[in-house]
Amino acid sequence: MTEDIIKAINLTKKFGLLVAVDHVNFEVKKGEIFGFLGPNGAGKTTTINMLTTVLKPTEGTAIVNGYEITKQPLKVRQSIGVVHQEYTADEDLTGWENLMLMASLYGLPREVAKKRVEELVELVELKNAIKRKVETYSGGMRRRLEIAMGLINRPKILFLDEPTLGLDVQTRAAIWSYILKLKEQYEMTIFMTTHYLEEADLYCDRIAIIDKGKIVKIGSPKELKGSIGGYIVTVQVANDIISALKIIESMNNVNEVKNKGDTFRIKTKDAESFIPELMEKLNKNGIKVIKISVSEPSMDEVYMEYTGKSLRDEQSSWEEAFVFHRTIRRARR
Amino acid sequence: MSEKQSLYILNSLISLTNRELKKWYKVPVILFLSLFQPIIWLVLFGKSMNMGSIFTGTSIEIPGLNMPKEIINEIASKVLLLRFGTTDYFSYLAAGMVSFIILFTSMSSGMTMVWDRRLGFLNKLLTTPIPRPVIILSKTFSAVLRALVQATIVLLVATLLGLQYKPNVSAIDFLGVYLALFLMALGLSSLFIMLAIRASSWESQMAIMNLLNLPLLFSSNAFYPIDIMPYWLQPFAYINPITYTNDIVRQLLLGTTGINSLFIDYLYLISFASFLSSVGIILSWKYLSR
Repeated sequence: MTEDIIKAINLTKKFGLLVAVDHVNFEVKKGEIFGFLGPNGAGKTTTINMLTTVLKPTEGTAIVNGYEITKQPLKVRQSIGVVHQEYTADEDLTGWENLMLMASLYGLPREVAKKRVEELVELVELKNAIKRKVETYSGGMRRRLEIAMGLINRPKILFLDEPTLGLDVQTRAAIWSYILKLKEQYEMTIFMTTHYLEEADLYCDRIAIIDKGKIVKIGSPKELKGSIGGYIVTVQVANDIISALKIIESMNNVNEVKNKGDTFRIKTKDAESFIPELMEKLNKNGIKVIKISVSEPSMDEVYMEYTGKSLRDEQSSWEEAFVFHRTIRRARR
Repeated sequence: MSEKQSLYILNSLISLTNRELKKWYKVPVILFLSLFQPIIWLVLFGKSMNMGSIFTGTSIEIPGLNMPKEIINEIASKVLLLRFGTTDYFSYLAAGMVSFIILFTSMSSGMTMVWDRRLGFLNKLLTTPIPRPVIILSKTFSAVLRALVQATIVLLVATLLGLQYKPNVSAIDFLGVYLALFLMALGLSSLFIMLAIRASSWESQMAIMNLLNLPLLFSSNAFYPIDIMPYWLQPFAYINPITYTNDIVRQLLLGTTGINSLFIDYLYLISFASFLSSVGIILSWKYLSR
């Protein structure tokens, strides 16, 4: 068994009457990528802020790397790295200056800091831009700088709050390749929030879906997809539709069957063993199959099932918020 | 606290202070613009509103007044000396302008706090192991350093424009002046950073600054002595730290007789600065972790 590196126990945060995070319990295993998925205002960032000791919980607590967040916040801060949703680097300084500043805030001696900064700059491929002011960076470059800044103290756990927010598809893929490379290199545990379902699906070992401050479901992407009734198998038969329907309905593992003419849509939990069995039974009864296909349930459907909303609707408001923040940054100059 | 830990705190304080200062000395335009206002006051207002020349100007002739010009000059000088402690109003005003620039620079220190909160830098800082007061202290120190550099420039400009020092002005007098300016900058920047500690909108911070700057300035002896103020304003002048700073600067550099002894002036400024900076540190513990 791998040990739990983060353990939240009844973690709660209230802002006045609003309960942002409501008695949340979960564990993150050492070395895994754990994703927090939820709509806007679900309590993702508030949870991260509590785990990273920026916010004090109203009730409950959490253990991060063996230290309790309320009792040993300094120990917690030393063992974590945080990449915030917004860009936190100082725009008036160069990338190198930002990294060196972070290093000194973690108490690294100058020589060690220089070495580490060099190494990180190499890793996130910012070598050519590192002596330039951060305000000249593109979105992807800034995000890479943020990640490097979060890694300066060689954290045991890296918190990523919407690491790819507002980036284009290629840049997102690039950012992910850095994250995975870094995780490998430093043997880190990653706790992340995202609203890109396909990212959560692709990269997370386990996902918690959070809505209105409560965790509604935790599991691996596969388990989550399985939990909503599973795969959809579409079969088209050439003859004897009526007995085909009977055969299908009599089988185990069938959650739902719909047919339209000669085509059946079957929901099943376990498509891999269901299809061979179905083929065998249909063949035995002389029914010819013309076409068969399987579609995996998408995280979209999982998400809809548990939160009752589509994340696609949320996206525009996130993008708006991002543009808003950028406007502020520009207004400052 | 171990030696290693105090060294770490000191280092992080220096790095953060340096970060604030870099924003300033790397952009000479901002430095220039922030100096512009007090220099305008000095050059335009100070040189025009010259009380001395009202009386002692070369062409002064009052019709019907049968009195030798020397006597008018004599009376004018005595009145000026009595009111301002010096016969040269420009020098009197210049001392006030040095406090003026300290006040304005200290005020703007609160703005950097607001920006850091807005742009996320503060959030990032809060996840690092540095003690919370270091954040506040780095802002205070950088504001103080900036204020002192700007005050030096104002003092230089005033000297070039004809600030009349007392005949026996010494290096110790200047040191005394800088101590006073340091204390006032420390107290004022702590105050304005404190006001900004929970603010997230720069508009409200600007409003606070605009609300406080002129009242603080006009309720001090920067432009005119306290005893010619209306009686209801005088108590305010006596609690205004700018009054005490001006009093020290004028006593040490111009050789005026002060409204208080230097001891009282320093005592007041020391209490002002230490009170506000300790409150600032206490509040940073309390409010920087919500």
